[in-house]
Amino acid sequence: MADSIVTPSRSRDLDKLLLRPGNLVGPTFEPGVELRDDLREYARILVVGAGGLGCELLKDLALSGFKNLEVIDMDRIEVSNLNRQFLFRVEDVGKPKAEVAAKRVMERVSGVNIVPHFCRIEDKEIEFYNDFNIIVLGLDSIEARSYINAVACGFLEYDSDDKPREETIKPMVDGGTEGFKGHARVIVPGVTPCFECTIWLFPPQVKFPLCTLAETPRNAAHCIEYAHLIKWDEVHSGKAFDADDPEHMKWVYSEAVKRAELFGIPGVTYSLTQGVVKNIIPAIASTNAIISAACALETLKIASGCSKTLSNYLTYNGVEGLHIKVTEFVRDKDCLVCGSGVLIELDTSVTLEKVFSISLGSAVTSGLNIIVDYHKFGLVCVLVLGVEFIHQLEQHPKLLLSKASVTHRGKNLYMQAPPVLEEMTRSNLSLPLYDLMGKIPKDIVHVTGTTDKHDKKTSCLRKLRVAFKGIDGVTDMDMAGGA
Amino acid sequence: MAEPKTKYDRQLRIWGEQGQAALEKASVCLLNCGPTGSETLKNLVLGGIGSITVIDGSKVELGDLGNNFMLDESCVGQSKAKSVCAFLQELNDAVKAKFIEEYPEKLIETNPSFFSQFTLVVATQLVEDSMVKLDRICRDANVMLIFARSYGLAGLVRISLKEHTVIESKPDHFLDDLRLNNPWPELRKFAETFDLNVPDPVAHKHTPYVVILIKMAEEWTKAHGGSLPSTREEKKEFKELLKSKMIAMDEDNYKEAIEASFKVFAPRGISSDLRQIINDSHAEVNSNSSDFWVMVAALKEFIANEGDGEAPLEGSIPDMTSSTEHYVNLQKIYQAKAEADFIAIELRVRNIQKKLGREPGSIPKAMIKSFCKNARKLKVCRYRLIEDEFNSPSISELQKYLTDEDYSVAVGFYILLRAVDRFAANYNSFPGEFDGAMDEDISRLKTAAVSVLSDLGCNGSTLTEDLINEMCRFGAAELHAVAALIGGIASQEVIKVLSPS
Ligand SMILES: [Zn+2]
Repeated sequence: MADSIVTPSRSRDLDKLLLRPGNLVGPTFEPGVELRDDLREYARILVVGAGGLGCELLKDLALSGFKNLEVIDMDRIEVSNLNRQFLFRVEDVGKPKAEVAAKRVMERVSGVNIVPHFCRIEDKEIEFYNDFNIIVLGLDSIEARSYINAVACGFLEYDSDDKPREETIKPMVDGGTEGFKGHARVIVPGVTPCFECTIWLFPPQVKFPLCTLAETPRNAAHCIEYAHLIKWDEVHSGKAFDADDPEHMKWVYSEAVKRAELFGIPGVTYSLTQGVVKNIIPAIASTNAIISAACALETLKIASGCSKTLSNYLTYNGVEGLHIKVTEFVRDKDCLVCGSGVLIELDTSVTLEKVFSISLGSAVTSGLNIIVDYHKFGLVCVLVLGVEFIHQLEQHPKLLLSKASVTHRGKNLYMQAPPVLEEMTRSNLSLPLYDLMGKIPKDIVHVTGTTDKHDKKTSCLRKLRVAFKGIDGVTDMDMAGGA
Repeated sequence: MAEPKTKYDRQLRIWGEQGQAALEKASVCLLNCGPTGSETLKNLVLGGIGSITVIDGSKVELGDLGNNFMLDESCVGQSKAKSVCAFLQELNDAVKAKFIEEYPEKLIETNPSFFSQFTLVVATQLVEDSMVKLDRICRDANVMLIFARSYGLAGLVRISLKEHTVIESKPDHFLDDLRLNNPWPELRKFAETFDLNVPDPVAHKHTPYVVILIKMAEEWTKAHGGSLPSTREEKKEFKELLKSKMIAMDEDNYKEAIEASFKVFAPRGISSDLRQIINDSHAEVNSNSSDFWVMVAALKEFIANEGDGEAPLEGSIPDMTSSTEHYVNLQKIYQAKAEADFIAIELRVRNIQKKLGREPGSIPKAMIKSFCKNARKLKVCRYRLIEDEFNSPSISELQKYLTDEDYSVAVGFYILLRAVDRFAANYNSFPGEFDGAMDEDISRLKTAAVSVLSDLGCNGSTLTEDLINEMCRFGAAELHAVAALIGGIASQEVIKVLSPS
């Protein structure tokens, strides 16, 4: 491979950090040419998101000694990205972000290989994520962070002393910005708090009560949300609102203006309409650069040990003066995601039966019904045909998972989608889970499904410790004997 | 070319059209275009800065490709300034980009008047001696200056300007301006039109909390010899009183009133920060005074006269549970008062301008309006000359930080960044820049650090061996990620000092 021969002087500056010993370094640091070469050859880093943070991250990582990078993003380039997503040009508008970003960085930094993935993060098999040493998150959504966090924490295994197994730890570095503010954090599952342990750091968005929108609007945002959430469905029966369709946006704007005039409320503008409807977070190049750089540095520190890693949450605030604060958050010992898993005890005869459930489903999600049924909300009727494993997942007080798919040691036991897989795995439903798991008395299974969070369906992944009654005791005795 | 309004949408939501206009008017000069300088400019070019001039005398080496994204293979051997400039231009064709192949140190020595053409200079990777000289040049020419430096895993950003006055500082947590502790007659009169004991539950739960608090405060003062709740007991009692007025559990307006009751207890009058500004000697205006200080002078008069001890009213109210009609009426009352205060201030501004012999219309109405709206949040920052920082350090401050666990490493690097420059002045290279002489460099750097500490008046203090070793290990390396971080901070500070004052 010709391009793997890199003249030493290209890493003139980085070599000082990687080749020389130091006293303020990480516990695993072994300086030398070998370390530098290992970072190049073996370290595999995934960047999640190719937006404002993702573009910076790819550049920073490519210039921090990493050669094997991959990037995943489902979005296409828009004009409003150009004020900060510096890898994109006007002529790129409409193309997939991941692909253009990967191409641009490879053009400029020779020897670097970046594989783009233009798809949703949920589209990838869980095992895809296990292929990387470190996952770096440059996302603007809580749901996406939560998902990747659950995936990475899902690989974590605990030994019999309840200590995390070193080789199953998948570190993450997470960045986020809003205007002049941002955060960078290091998540080492099982060691530092995971995203879910400190979910309270991201309070749910304030939603306006529907009665305010319908009856007593007081500001421009109320008028806009009335047009967007109520009026749209009244007029366009059944047609879904698309925030990316400018015609739809203009319609909402003009309806919001009418409503504002009716109530004598000032301040409805097209720009505000977009901001409210799309929940646009203001973003500038400098903050993205700062936070990404901090994340890239932490990635380098985790991978090489060349300095002590951030412990564990950095906040940056440039609104007034400049404040950088590092807080050491602690793990939530009962965390569903990074803990040792929720224990489910089953009889060996329990089958992996499917539960047919009828919920308000799609009727609920179409706006008009929300208004009509507003006070009945929360009433979801479930028709149960069989009380079996998958059903237990829905009923479990902590899990509340519906539409569950189940995997065990990489093997699909039951998949809801795609249809081909569903068909292939359907026959498993009538088989005992104990048999499906190869008669292992106690093991981890992974379940993906949807759960309700703040009245919103989100995909999630949970790790379950399944133990079979009766033979469980035998195992414990075995283990006690071995210890 | 993309529509600028769409392209800049995400940043216009932060600094508005005015901020964008200031950015587009600015001409920025960059000294040294290594990664720290290049990354600083990249962020500014993306944001639509008016023009950039890149100054660097060096040629691109292979090692530069390892830390600077603006350079690729084809640049090796070429002028670094030219190569970086060409890449930056590619990012945004609305920016005027040019370069000069010259060493900044030489320009500072031989052509100081060169810098006066710029709005702002970003000086990266300069050593102490050049910093001090450039600082003096820019200060005399009234050019803003920002220093940025990346050094191993350490870095520094230093702003140097005479004075930075901010009208729209947009602090994070700032109390809204409702005057619940001191309502003016029109607001009082509006509150009087409500009956808190109205039996209709719909009317009761749609009475805005502003009205509830004004009426209840009045009731309280009548019963307490004219004074508002001040002790903890009284405050608690006041909240209980509010609670007792509720006629149903779901009355959000009363819950809001209880939550906002501290606004009634807040002291009247202006904050100590604002008092300091109106008492600043610059508020005694003369023919050299800037528009900002002319407006401050007007504000000072206003507070002493029509303002009755208060700054002009901001005029906006937060959202609160209310019927639309009451809310809109309340909004109108606040806006009318804000408008009246603005007119009073404007009149005073025009009179002061006349006295100073200036064109009375020269400060735009919109600027005075913005000044009034933000009067409570005005900010004045002044920066010392680098020379003064070096020659008359605040010893007590330094001593405090040197011994503080949270700050000692940062201050240690601050001292070491100065020590490496002394080292370089003596030995023509930075400590650890070349392999082989590590031990010698460590002991030499230690000596340099001791001399810096002693010049700073911190004779008893020492830096840890670990820190000195670490600085030598860095060997003046400019790591890309550190440069991107320092450059990011520098560009953010540039944007902040350029935004309209
Ligand atoms: Zn957790």
